[in-house]
Amino acid sequence: MSDPVRICLPAEVSVLRTLPVGTPVLLSGPVYTARDATHVRLVADLDAGVAPLDLRDQVLFYAGPTPAAAGRPAGAVGPTTAGRMDAWTPRLLAAGVAATIGKGVRSAAVHAACVEHGAVYLATVGGIAALLATCVRSAETVAYAELGAEALVRMELDDFPVWVAIDAHGNDLYEMARAEWAAPTDPVAGGGCA
Amino acid sequence: MLTVHDIAEAVRAAIAEAATTLRPDVARAMADAATSEPSGAGREVLSRIVENASIAARDGVPLCQDTGTVWVWVELGADECLGGGLGTAIDAAVRDAYRTGALRMSVMRDALFERVNTGDNTPAFVDVTVRPGIGATVHVMLKGGGSDNASRLAMLEPAAGVEGVVSFVVDAVSAKGSSACPPLIVGVGVGGTFDSVGKLAKKALLRPVGSPAVSPAAAELEARLLTAVNGLGIGPGGLGGRTTALAVHVLSAPCHIASLPVAVNMGCSALRSVSVELT
Repeated sequence: MSDPVRICLPAEVSVLRTLPVGTPVLLSGPVYTARDATHVRLVADLDAGVAPLDLRDQVLFYAGPTPAAAGRPAGAVGPTTAGRMDAWTPRLLAAGVAATIGKGVRSAAVHAACVEHGAVYLATVGGIAALLATCVRSAETVAYAELGAEALVRMELDDFPVWVAIDAHGNDLYEMARAEWAAPTDPVAGGGCA
Repeated sequence: MLTVHDIAEAVRAAIAEAATTLRPDVARAMADAATSEPSGAGREVLSRIVENASIAARDGVPLCQDTGTVWVWVELGADECLGGGLGTAIDAAVRDAYRTGALRMSVMRDALFERVNTGDNTPAFVDVTVRPGIGATVHVMLKGGGSDNASRLAMLEPAAGVEGVVSFVVDAVSAKGSSACPPLIVGVGVGGTFDSVGKLAKKALLRPVGSPAVSPAAAELEARLLTAVNGLGIGPGGLGGRTTALAVHVLSAPCHIASLPVAVNMGCSALRSVSVELT
C-alpha cells in the first residue's frame, strides 16, 4: 500500500475530491455523523430550506457513536453500512456534500452521483471502534438530539484512517479488490442449483 | 436452586464483558490470519482489529460502536424452578448494563409503527429451552445490525441438496459480505422449520472458532464452504484478500419431507458472545 495522504478539512476538501480510488487517507478536521433516521430528517429539512448546516463541501460520516465515557472526548465510533444511505446520497451530493464515510458497497446511482458532483466515498473498517475513537478529538451534537445515537454530531477528527472507495471518476475499490483477490477458478464449480 | 436474579446477574456481567472483550477463540484466529493473509491491505486491517481488541480491553471501551441487540438463550435444567419474572429481570439487567457501560442504545419500540428508540436497549430477545438435570447455561450475544442485515434465509427444495446449500451460502457472502465487517464467522443453519432455521444459524455462531464440527459430514461441508467463501476475494474489511471468513459453522436438524430450510447468520469480526455455566 502507498503511504497515506494527510487531508485537513475544510481547507483541503478540494484535494480530497480529486484523490484516486484506493488512496489511503488520514483525515483531520470536522465531519458530521448521519445515519438512517438522521438522513430522513436532514433531507426533509433540506427540502424545506431549513437544514441545520450548510452542506457545501462538508463530509458526512455514517456513524452512531456510543456515549462518551467520563473524561473522554468521544465514545466508540465506527462506520455503519453505507448502502442503507444510498437512497438519499445523490440528493446530498447535489447539495454540495464532498465526501461520505462508511463501509460496504454502494449503488450505481451513488457511483453516478460521485461522478456528476465530483464527490468521493471513503471506506473505513467496521468493528474497530475503540481504535478509531482515539482519532476523534471532540464530538458535539448540533441537531436532532432527540434521535439519540442517530443525532447529527460534529466530530473533529485527527488522522482518522480511510481509503478512497469510490473516486470522482466512479472507480470502485471494493470491485477492484475483489477482482484482484478472487480465486482464479469458480469456488462453487459443480454446483447446479443456483 | 437458581433464581431469576442469578440469571439476570449473569446476563448483566456477560454484556459488560462481551462489549469490550474480543472472544478468545476469535482473537486467536484473527492473529493467525494477520500473519497468513497474503494481501497487504488485508493484513493491515487484521492488525488494526487485533490492536482494537487490546485498546478495548485496556480502556474498557466497546469493540464496536454498534453494541447491538441482546440475545439471551437460557438452557435451563428441568429440575430448576425459576418462578416468574425472568423476562422482566433480564430487561432490568440489560438496562443497567447499557447505562453503566455507556453502551449504545440501538432498539426501536416497533419495527414499523413506532420507530422510536426505547432509550435503554430493551427489550432483550430471549429464548429458553429445557435440558435434563439442574443448573443452566446462559448464552448472551450482542448482535450488530450490519451483520444481521447481511443474513439470509430460504426454503430450498430438497432436490437442491448439498450443492444448493453451498450456492446459497456463497451467494449470501458474495452479495453482502463486504458490508458485514469481514473477516466473518459464518453461521449456517440447515433444517428445522421456517421459524427455527434462523435460530440454528445464530446458535452456530456460539461454537468456538477452531473447535470441531458436530459431525464429520458437517466438518467436510464447513471446510468446503470456507474455501469457497475465501475464494471470493472480499478479504478483511472488504479491501481484498483471502480471509473473507475465519470460519464457517454448520448446524443441521430434522425437517419436513418436503423441505430444505437454510439460513445464514453473519458473524462480524467483532462477534460478541459469552456463555456462562450456572450451577
